[in-house]
Amino acid sequence: MIKIKAKDVDVFYGKKQALFNISLGIEENQVTALIGPSGCGKSTFLRCLNRMNDVIDICNVKGEILINDFNINDKSCDVVRLREKIGMVFQKPNPFPKTLYENVSYGPTIHGMAQSKQEMDEIVETSLKKAALWEEVKDRLHEPGTGLSGGQQQRLCIARAISVRPEVILMDEPCSALDPIATAQIEELIDELKKEHTIIIVTHSMAQAARVSQNTGFFHLGQLIEHGSTDKIFKNPDNKKTQDYITGRFG
Amino acid sequence: MNLILFTFIVLLGFTSYYFGRKKAYTIQSTKKRLTALPQFYGYYLAIWCAIPAFIIFSLWAIFEPTIVKLLILSDYSNQGYLDDELNLLYEKSKALSRGQFTGEITPFIEASAEKYLSLRSIAQSSKVVIVLSAIIASVAYAYKRISSNSRTREPVEKFLNAVLFTASLAAILTTVGIVFSLIFQTIDFFKVIPLFDFVFGTHWYPAKAFVRDSSEALDPTMYSDTFGAVPIFAGTFFIAFIAMCVAIPIGLMSGIYLAEYASTKVRQYAKPLIEILAGIPTVVYGFFAALTVGPFLKELGTSMGLEVSAESALAAGGVMGIMIIPFISSLSDDVITSVPQSLRDGSYAMGATKSETIKRVIFPAALPGIVGSILLGVSRAIGETMIVVMASGLAANLTLNPLESTSTITAQIVVILIGDQAFGDPKTQAAFALGMSLFLVTLCLNIVALRVVKKYREKYE
Repeated sequence: MIKIKAKDVDVFYGKKQALFNISLGIEENQVTALIGPSGCGKSTFLRCLNRMNDVIDICNVKGEILINDFNINDKSCDVVRLREKIGMVFQKPNPFPKTLYENVSYGPTIHGMAQSKQEMDEIVETSLKKAALWEEVKDRLHEPGTGLSGGQQQRLCIARAISVRPEVILMDEPCSALDPIATAQIEELIDELKKEHTIIIVTHSMAQAARVSQNTGFFHLGQLIEHGSTDKIFKNPDNKKTQDYITGRFG
Repeated sequence: MNLILFTFIVLLGFTSYYFGRKKAYTIQSTKKRLTALPQFYGYYLAIWCAIPAFIIFSLWAIFEPTIVKLLILSDYSNQGYLDDELNLLYEKSKALSRGQFTGEITPFIEASAEKYLSLRSIAQSSKVVIVLSAIIASVAYAYKRISSNSRTREPVEKFLNAVLFTASLAAILTTVGIVFSLIFQTIDFFKVIPLFDFVFGTHWYPAKAFVRDSSEALDPTMYSDTFGAVPIFAGTFFIAFIAMCVAIPIGLMSGIYLAEYASTKVRQYAKPLIEILAGIPTVVYGFFAALTVGPFLKELGTSMGLEVSAESALAAGGVMGIMIIPFISSLSDDVITSVPQSLRDGSYAMGATKSETIKRVIFPAALPGIVGSILLGVSRAIGETMIVVMASGLAANLTLNPLESTSTITAQIVVILIGDQAFGDPKTQAAFALGMSLFLVTLCLNIVALRVVKKYREKYE
């Protein structure tokens, strides 16, 4: 089932056009990987999906992005609700300078999701468990989140993102700052999370895209060159550029 | 004379730099690899020029006067003069040699003055000869020594290290010196006025001490109830409190606006404009407070049936607060701007609004810096003098009514030290005691500030 549908999306940074005419469907409860060389617009596209580009003054998004058949670029869209439904994990782990507990309870607090302390405790515990971090940190929930290792911090950020039970999780190169072991843990986690969430991951590692995703989109110079099942893109792509990129001939 | 010599030595320094570099280039042209860049060879020679010059100059400055004095006074030895008389004779002949002597001129003194002059000129010329020959010798020695594999980079770096170290030492030693000069005068003060009376006394009335004729004997009992510092400490903290009540909210909010809400263009103009406030001399703030705000408050108060004195703590504190706004605003703006964008992104991506993000993420992250800026503002408020002198009066009332006039430590120091002062008099020493207490208060404040900042750092980084 298609969860997100982008129709003719153009993005401009000032006068410079960064994305051209992107149309793409994202399958529900699957992992979609966006690959392509640096500066090809894959992260920009990802940030369109939760309107994070609003934060950048000069950025201008055109076209329709339908999530559950509702156009999020429409004026009636409430960005706060949208971002509650669509979580995001960033390239560099960015835990808040607060305790572990406060990091995870941040979303539920601002969205008023817990009525009591017990409820909040439960949300924090389940989120940390889902992020495969609970066992490591359950005894130091009230220590600063910034004291964790890089991989733990990134899992904390994932726990923070899933604490509000989003339908979609956007991941912008979540493993690029991590070592191979931490990367493997996060990839395992992604596999687990896709049962309940739709996941879109931007990655530079083609091996990672092949490992974790069911669908892959290949971006080049602001255009979506090819999009399809990961198997097909990696084994038998239609487009020669895709073929060249996958086999490492450029990029 | 010294100036010409100094200029000449500087020129010599440049010349040695030039020759050192030239020699390095010559070595380089023979296809030998140098151990350092040619400039280092130049600097190396220049240092060999500077160090002997500096050493000889300092030795001369230390020993020349003593030696001259010894030589002159040797004429008077075995004549049964006392040390004090000898010193006086020496000073007289020195004054005469400068043509500044007004007393009776005896042949003895005249002879000494002539001897003084000739000794000085001998000293001067021998200094020139010794300095120049030492420099030339040392530079020539170093010039001969440098070769393709001599070490020049390390000594130059060491020299720079030493120069920088001396600079920081100068700052530290000055602080220590000031503290010591405060300490001794303060101790003298407390020999006359009991510490207990100073710290707990509630009457500050130094005018009483002004009445004393300095020829009278010092009678400590007449100072009872004169130097009780409680009213002026209370006044200091009270006015600082009023100032911070104005400065913290306005400064912080404008800082947050500039950092988070203002567009680049607004920020570009607004920030320098706010910083202009910090450039206004405090005297100007002072008469603004005394001539505009004070009378305005008085009229406003009268129309509401309140009794407001023309010089009120409110006027001084309020204007002082306005003066401190730019410190807090500008510093907290810098601190908030330096909070990483990734934290903002993380918060927005959770669906937080701008104000929630500021309140829950950015403010806590920036807190150490904000606390620092506030404490800087507090030290400014406590140390501010001019506004208080002009707008809040000089009478040290013990009051918590912001509509009455009150006085502060700094303003009282001004009162005490304006006009004639006699050293060794309790009323002058009172200024040192006040300065010392002010220093201790700000020192404690700084220590607390550092602790607070460090604690938050540990927690968040």
